[in-house]
Amino acid sequence: MKKGISIKNLTKVFVINQKNKVVAVDDVTLEVKPGEFVTLLGPSGCGKTTLLRMIAGFETLTAGDIYIGEENIGAQTPDKRDTAMVFQNYALFPHMNVFDNIAYGLKIRKLPKTEIKQRVQKILDLMKMNDFAHRVPAQMSGGQQQRVSLARALVMEPGVLLFDEPLSNLDAKLRIHMRDEIRKIQKEVGITSIYVTHDQSEAMGLSDKIVIMKDGVIQQIGTPREIYQKPINAFVAGFIGKTNVVEGKIMSTNNSNYEVDIQGITHMVKSDNKLSVGDKVSMMLRPESIIVEGEQYDGIVTKSMFMGENHEYEVKWNDQILQISESNPFGRDIYEIGDTMKIGFDEKALHIL
Amino acid sequence: MSNNKKQIVKDKSNFQLRMITEVEVMKKVFSDPILLGAIVTVLTIVTMFIVFPLVNILKESFIYEDKFSIHHYSEIYRLSYNKDIILNTLKLGVTVSLLSTVVGFIFAYASAYVKIKFKKILNGIAILPIISPPFVIGLSAILLFGRMGIITRGIFGMKNAEIYGFHGLVLVQVLTFFPVAFLVLVGLLEQIDPSVEEASRDLGASRWKVFSTITLPLMAPGIANAALLVFIQSVADFGNPMVIGGNYTTMAVQIYMQGIGSLNMSGATALAIILLLVSVSAFITQKFYLGKKSYVTVTGKVSRRRELISEKKVVTPLSITVILVSIFVGMMYILIPIGSFIKLWGVNYSLTLDHYKYVFGLGFKPIFDTLKLAMIATPITGILSMVIAFLVIRRKFLGRAYIDFVTMLSIAIPGTVVGLGYVITYNKPPLVLTGTGIILIIAFVMRSMPVGIRSGMASLQQIDPSIEEAASALGASSKKVFTSITIPMIKPALFSGLVYAFARSMTLVSTIIFLVSAKYNLLTVATMSQIDQGRIGVASVYSTLLIIIVGSMIALMRFALSKMGVSQEDIKL
Repeated sequence: MKKGISIKNLTKVFVINQKNKVVAVDDVTLEVKPGEFVTLLGPSGCGKTTLLRMIAGFETLTAGDIYIGEENIGAQTPDKRDTAMVFQNYALFPHMNVFDNIAYGLKIRKLPKTEIKQRVQKILDLMKMNDFAHRVPAQMSGGQQQRVSLARALVMEPGVLLFDEPLSNLDAKLRIHMRDEIRKIQKEVGITSIYVTHDQSEAMGLSDKIVIMKDGVIQQIGTPREIYQKPINAFVAGFIGKTNVVEGKIMSTNNSNYEVDIQGITHMVKSDNKLSVGDKVSMMLRPESIIVEGEQYDGIVTKSMFMGENHEYEVKWNDQILQISESNPFGRDIYEIGDTMKIGFDEKALHIL
Repeated sequence: MSNNKKQIVKDKSNFQLRMITEVEVMKKVFSDPILLGAIVTVLTIVTMFIVFPLVNILKESFIYEDKFSIHHYSEIYRLSYNKDIILNTLKLGVTVSLLSTVVGFIFAYASAYVKIKFKKILNGIAILPIISPPFVIGLSAILLFGRMGIITRGIFGMKNAEIYGFHGLVLVQVLTFFPVAFLVLVGLLEQIDPSVEEASRDLGASRWKVFSTITLPLMAPGIANAALLVFIQSVADFGNPMVIGGNYTTMAVQIYMQGIGSLNMSGATALAIILLLVSVSAFITQKFYLGKKSYVTVTGKVSRRRELISEKKVVTPLSITVILVSIFVGMMYILIPIGSFIKLWGVNYSLTLDHYKYVFGLGFKPIFDTLKLAMIATPITGILSMVIAFLVIRRKFLGRAYIDFVTMLSIAIPGTVVGLGYVITYNKPPLVLTGTGIILIIAFVMRSMPVGIRSGMASLQQIDPSIEEAASALGASSKKVFTSITIPMIKPALFSGLVYAFARSMTLVSTIIFLVSAKYNLLTVATMSQIDQGRIGVASVYSTLLIIIVGSMIALMRFALSKMGVSQEDIKL
């Protein structure tokens, strides 16, 4: 059963002692549609895991409400909630084999044996894990264990699936593989999912919607594209991908089209912000949006590093260092440190913060 | 590799290659005289004072009237009295180990999983019996429940209350040994990753279901482990059965009675071998079978702190149990100093300093002797333990596995067996040591060293050997590496080893009761003979002083160590 989640003014305060307290989740309101895949993204300590654990029922609520479907679940214990969680460290039961691990929750529900067997078998088929059914966790690799953990949650057919940084203990290659697999299976099953991570590429690849958090407060909610291209503030811009911030001044306005002067050259920039002539603005410019040999500005190369799929430069331009990423630098000599580089800005990529 | 060498590798069998390696290793050892000296010394000590006495007991047990015979064993089988003693010991061991494990588990669960007030105090009380002298609990039990006990006689007016015997012994041993189970189990419970239990809860399990399907099964090997450890301690225990056993005789007591009491050493040897087999097989089961079965280590590192259970229906019953047991244990400790000021327990409760006057007059020698010998034994134990730990973990040499195995096994050898072995082995030329202070010091060292070695090994294993390799690559000799690198790094283990060695030496009974003489009488033995003579007041003074000496020594060492920059947490007992 697909169910939506509705989180209203949720707050969690940890009281450490008489004097100190931490507001881990601060007045969070969030709507998740049935079947949607939402990622909570932010640096460590931003409250994303606490928020997830509140949905699962492992943390009590200080204030606010959580609805799964129509039901207010704020006061329910974890075993009564229609959620299933995939843990960062797998949290498999070490004294049970794969089959029994997956069957555990169904047994707790006291389903008939034949149905349990059937449902576990279906999941094992879906995850292509039939060969592992009788292994115990200690005999499996991290990636295999995490698949069992996912299977154990999926077999419950929960209203909501919760992921607590499930890939962070895996190595880089396996992480990408598992990421794709999670997305594929989630699409197939169509289950409402909330996924916590601090890895932005994971968030980009998986999510219908990303929620960026900092210090317990939601900074921005949007599709991966929106978050990347139209970050709401410098924190979001900096957290998702590398970024440059350049300063400019509004020269003229025409509805949401602005003429912005950057170091004596005028650029046309679109923005929903309400700005007037003479305003000073900060604009985000991604490293890949700076054009090498763009013939607009001069800079001095201070770092030059070949990374394979792209070439990274740092260029001193006026009083700041610009990061530049040039992809496919074929057929041209690279710039060395100390060289003067002509650069230009891709106007469409300028985003007023 | 040159072609020549390649050829050698091809031609030789695996066995030959191994021998070549061994020879190379030996060459390396022989080129380092200090290392060689240390290895030879350690091999000699281990063989002379652990292996040889046991071999002698075994030999003696098969000799009757100067011929090989199974007479001593058939005697045991023939005399129903001796058979009863064996059954008594096992029955006591099993009962105490089951009860102690249950109490220990309740304490451990309350400590690791439940929100309880005064947790630190409760934990402290729970481990008191481990660091305190023997008989404290036995003596208190007499004061409380004996013929003149304040509860039995004073409150219930019973005239013939009987603390002596099986029931009293079970009570006293459970209170003495449940902390062993507690410490083992609390360590394991804390290692369970909370997310495993959260996963179960998340999948619909109630609190009780989580406990019965996850926590308990995960702990099963650990629980068996704790039970076996308690069993080993119970069957080896000498002091409590001696003081409070009454007619319920156990093997450890009988070995002493027969050996020293009836001067029938060879008769005692067969019983000693049986006792040894019982405790060593329990130890081997625990070490090699259960040791490998632990699930807890599989759950991996603990990812987050456990949310302590705060639901009243769990907290209230557990709190009450834990607090009641703690109060009971605490009371037993308060009773001893009180008893030391009472004229005649059960008859005349007026206050007096007579017992103290006696102890500081005529009865002072045991205190002085014990202190002196323990002070000598403590540094020897400390250094020897660290040297052995270092050799076993960090060096390759012939005999390494032997030292490792023997010192580990010696943890499980009952003290009475060791005492008997020393008496048989060192009362005749070439080496006559009985009656001297030296054999007492050796006993102190040998009884506390195995634990010191294990803690030294544990801390060495956590230190990357490349640190020592770096020192020796920079030109340090093996002695220099040990003193300038190894010792400073394992300082906490060394110092906690010292504290342990001192406390253990001061409170040792079983082994040294075979070895004391008119020249050297020790505190614990003196206490026991006072209890035996019914002089409870004097026994209480001795016990009180022993608690004060050991307690203040621990405090003093902790203070000295904190001045030297060793943190409090590193000094465990």
